[in-house]
Amino acid sequence: MAAEPFTGSTEHSPVTHHILSVLVENKAGVLARVAGLFSRRGFNISSLAVAPSDDDATFSRITIVVDAESTPIAQVVGQLNKLLNVVEIRDMAPAEATERELLLATVTIEAADRGHLLQSVAHAGASIIDFSADKVTVSLSGTPAHITAFEALLLKSYPSTEIQRTGLVALPRLNPQV
Amino acid sequence: MKITGAQALIKSLEAQGTEVIFGLPGGAILPVYDPILDSNIRHILVRHEQGAGHMAEGYAQATGRPGVAMVTSGPGATNIVTPISNAYMDSIPLVVISGQVASGAIGTDAFQECDITGITMGITKHNWLIKSADEIPEVIAEAFYVATTGRPGPVLVDLPKDVAQSQMEWHEPPSTADLDLPGYHPQLDGDPAAIAAAADLLASSVRPVLYAGGGILKSRASEALIKLAEATGAPVVTTLMARGAIPDSHELCIGMPGMHGNYTAITAMQEADLLVSLGARFDDRVTGQLSTFAPDAKVIHVDIDPAELGKVRRADVGIAGDARRVIEALTSAVEERQLEDLAPWWSQLHAWQERYPLTYDPQEPGKGLRPQAIVEAIDAASPAGTIVVAGVGQHQMWAAQHWSYELPYTWINSGGAGTMGFAVPAAIGAKVGMPERTVWAIDGDGCFQMTAQELVTARIEGIPIKVAILNNSYLGMVRQWQEMFYEERYSEVYLSTDVPDYVMWAEAMGCVGIKVETPEEVGPAIEKANAITDRPVVIDFRTDAMEKVFPMVPAGVSNSEVVVHPSQREEA
Repeated sequence: MAAEPFTGSTEHSPVTHHILSVLVENKAGVLARVAGLFSRRGFNISSLAVAPSDDDATFSRITIVVDAESTPIAQVVGQLNKLLNVVEIRDMAPAEATERELLLATVTIEAADRGHLLQSVAHAGASIIDFSADKVTVSLSGTPAHITAFEALLLKSYPSTEIQRTGLVALPRLNPQV
Repeated sequence: MKITGAQALIKSLEAQGTEVIFGLPGGAILPVYDPILDSNIRHILVRHEQGAGHMAEGYAQATGRPGVAMVTSGPGATNIVTPISNAYMDSIPLVVISGQVASGAIGTDAFQECDITGITMGITKHNWLIKSADEIPEVIAEAFYVATTGRPGPVLVDLPKDVAQSQMEWHEPPSTADLDLPGYHPQLDGDPAAIAAAADLLASSVRPVLYAGGGILKSRASEALIKLAEATGAPVVTTLMARGAIPDSHELCIGMPGMHGNYTAITAMQEADLLVSLGARFDDRVTGQLSTFAPDAKVIHVDIDPAELGKVRRADVGIAGDARRVIEALTSAVEERQLEDLAPWWSQLHAWQERYPLTYDPQEPGKGLRPQAIVEAIDAASPAGTIVVAGVGQHQMWAAQHWSYELPYTWINSGGAGTMGFAVPAAIGAKVGMPERTVWAIDGDGCFQMTAQELVTARIEGIPIKVAILNNSYLGMVRQWQEMFYEERYSEVYLSTDVPDYVMWAEAMGCVGIKVETPEEVGPAIEKANAITDRPVVIDFRTDAMEKVFPMVPAGVSNSEVVVHPSQREEA
């Protein structure tokens, strides 16, 4: 199987998503409270990432991506703010955010095809982080569009690839795009 | 001073000013029931945990103080889920303490274990699972603060048995200023710029309606509301949750809007050029079909819960804040402005009132009693300040329509959740909180059968409420819908005219039971009930099963299409 060189764009594709960066108290059940609110109010989550946000793990930051066309963002923010453990919410349009996501992919590949894979990995700025006789695990961090393009390439060339994405995390852009 | 977690819990409840707990013990909460014996807090032993929850709600609604209920784990906790949901929908400050299995047993499917914090996550403002007895003073202080501030609501504190039994070093609960709640900051004062914009809208309006909701009562804003009404001359509608917020006899009060509101209140909102929503939330029972609701109205929306602003209806001016504070600021701002002449609007409103007053057919000889007449008779015969508590259904609507509410906190019902069986226990709770008041539960026969056992509690605990069952032998509201919208195909709505025997049932529970079948018996029975002050009284009023609630806006239909009483229809 031949691998095409990676030529995926790193530009934003047309997006309608919004990013909610939600600072929460790091207490038991807080993720269930957030997820439960989305579920019972009929809001859809596209992706969700969560991790402690400070040294002593007093707070966590939950990055939630929602579809802005099908979701009443103001109502989501309003309802989230009512959760006692929610301390602060930043609502960012993609243009206002620096977005990153991490992808891990384990590719089953014959030795002969590895050159092509390595070429794609190099083009995409990905890296090989694990390998065995017949498998290679690659890692790529980047914008969601970049990740999606690379994911599509891998699946096209190597259909049995096992893929795990983290969901994106984001912080406000320091110089927002006009 | 070393004390147990159980003792710390009771001391913490005492520190919050708790005077009464409605509850029922069981295995996991057993340790907490021991120090209750040494406390000045009154405990009222209910016969079912749902009763405890509704009693605490009735107490809270009548007094403005948080209601406290205590239950054991598992089924004890799940039995109080309905009152918690009810309190969430109607924004009632309710603090529920539930026992939990020992910490080490959590997650093992232990006897009477259930995940009550998980179950109630979506129907509480917040809930807590206590991990250590040291947390108890803080958590109880937080629980009361959260339940009673901002938009009030229910909270639940789950206390594992081993935590209740463990020792802790007692420390005084923190003051509200010292609570560690980084994500909880209720906004009380409205934005001055928004208030000025609202005053401008009010000043230029020629068909305004002040749309008063339950938030008026929660924020003790009745006086402020009346002053705003008088400053503007605008008509006031009082929703099902706000009956009594302004006296029904006040010339500016035009009564209840909504599905079973009066024609004038419904139509005034529909034709308004400005709706000033004060502690109301554009509930579907008020708006009818949303897309055709009040098409020409601009909206000023005042609510302490910012998420309500724009949730259902877009607000031209949204003001997050406490209703009383915002109304007072708005009144001052309005008083500085030149207002439009509302005389043409009032002549229209008066014309509607004259054409479509609330009405019902006269009593027919030999037929069942008119339930509306019974409500009016109890109103006429009972002292000022009598508290009326209803269940859910036709009787609730007749009680809301035909009683003249002259004071706030004299009408208590289950609005948002529509909880059948609410009346008897909530009336008991109201009477506990306001013992000097006469308390009438106006109930339906279907509702009464759900929670009547709490009359045993009322008799044993010396809580002399009065219950008027408007008994039509049917689940009446469902029967009405089946008559009107299901071609009179009556499916599972007939109860029985003979069973139970309500007089015998009342007497078996230690109450006085009276059966009333003729119009002549109505007045004397009410007089007798009002004269009995040492025990509960139950009157079984045999009403006309065919009676329907009018006016009515059918579900999903425009408020422009009010179905008035048959005698008022054009073809009549």
